[in-house]
Amino acid sequence: MTAGAKALQPGAELPTQRYQLTRASLVAYAGASGDQNPIHWSDRVATAVGLPGVVAHGMLTMALGGRALTTWAGDPGRVLEYGVRFTRPVVVPDDDDGVEVTVDGVVGEVSDGRARIDLTVTSAGTKVLGQARASVAVDA
Amino acid sequence: MSVQEGLAGRTFDPTPPQEVSRADVARFAAAVGDVDPVHVDVAVARERGHRDLPAPPTFPIVVAFDALQRLLADPSVGIELRNVVHVEQRFEYTRPVYAGDVLTATLTVESVRAAAGTDLIGNRIEITDGDGAHVCTARASLAHKAPASAA
Repeated sequence: MTAGAKALQPGAELPTQRYQLTRASLVAYAGASGDQNPIHWSDRVATAVGLPGVVAHGMLTMALGGRALTTWAGDPGRVLEYGVRFTRPVVVPDDDDGVEVTVDGVVGEVSDGRARIDLTVTSAGTKVLGQARASVAVDA
Repeated sequence: MSVQEGLAGRTFDPTPPQEVSRADVARFAAAVGDVDPVHVDVAVARERGHRDLPAPPTFPIVVAFDALQRLLADPSVGIELRNVVHVEQRFEYTRPVYAGDVLTATLTVESVRAAAGTDLIGNRIEITDGDGAHVCTARASLAHKAPASAA
């Protein structure tokens, strides 16, 4: 169906995806998702609960991994399974640049029209998601 | 206080049916920075074999979140929202969510494990469409840290 899916051969390293998150991204995600927890928009509340400052929604970071997956696979309909652990918060400074989130992927086992993809999601040099794995449909 | 004994195995009432509009799909895609026109242009979506605009893979969290709110808000469960951390999320898809879907989420608590003052609560949330057909299973693990003093 797509060129992307044909690139999903075992051992293949998928092209690195780089995404920028700013405070504006967090406001947009809060609105679209309905998750209005103040730790994602108020430094006062975030620091009161022991965070260094406002942090991205874990589900937004997961969504960036999903964006990389659909970019690699070629279509959102190809994603069959996707899961992550939220291991480290992504701190988003209140400036115009925000913070970069990088998503790398390696293709694992390919069988029965499915490829396993292991994702590495990092920000500020630290891995922010654990056990980030997906299964995507590939052309036979 | 720890969470309710016997919580594991409990299934909560389904969420009220929630219609997903094309605007909902487009807004969610924009919010996660996904610029694939398949999320905004019905002609592109149909060209690629979809019946309407498909949502990005993590969109089902919107309805799963409603189901989780019921668990967190139920006074008999004994969870304090401010003590909850989302530790793990997984999705297994039968198909993408499409604009036009009317979705219902039903949450079952699958496991409760206590360790070092924290309850780890494993939830399975089944998301079905207006025909009752399976769309997605969302699995959410929450850590609930009990307050230091048993109040």
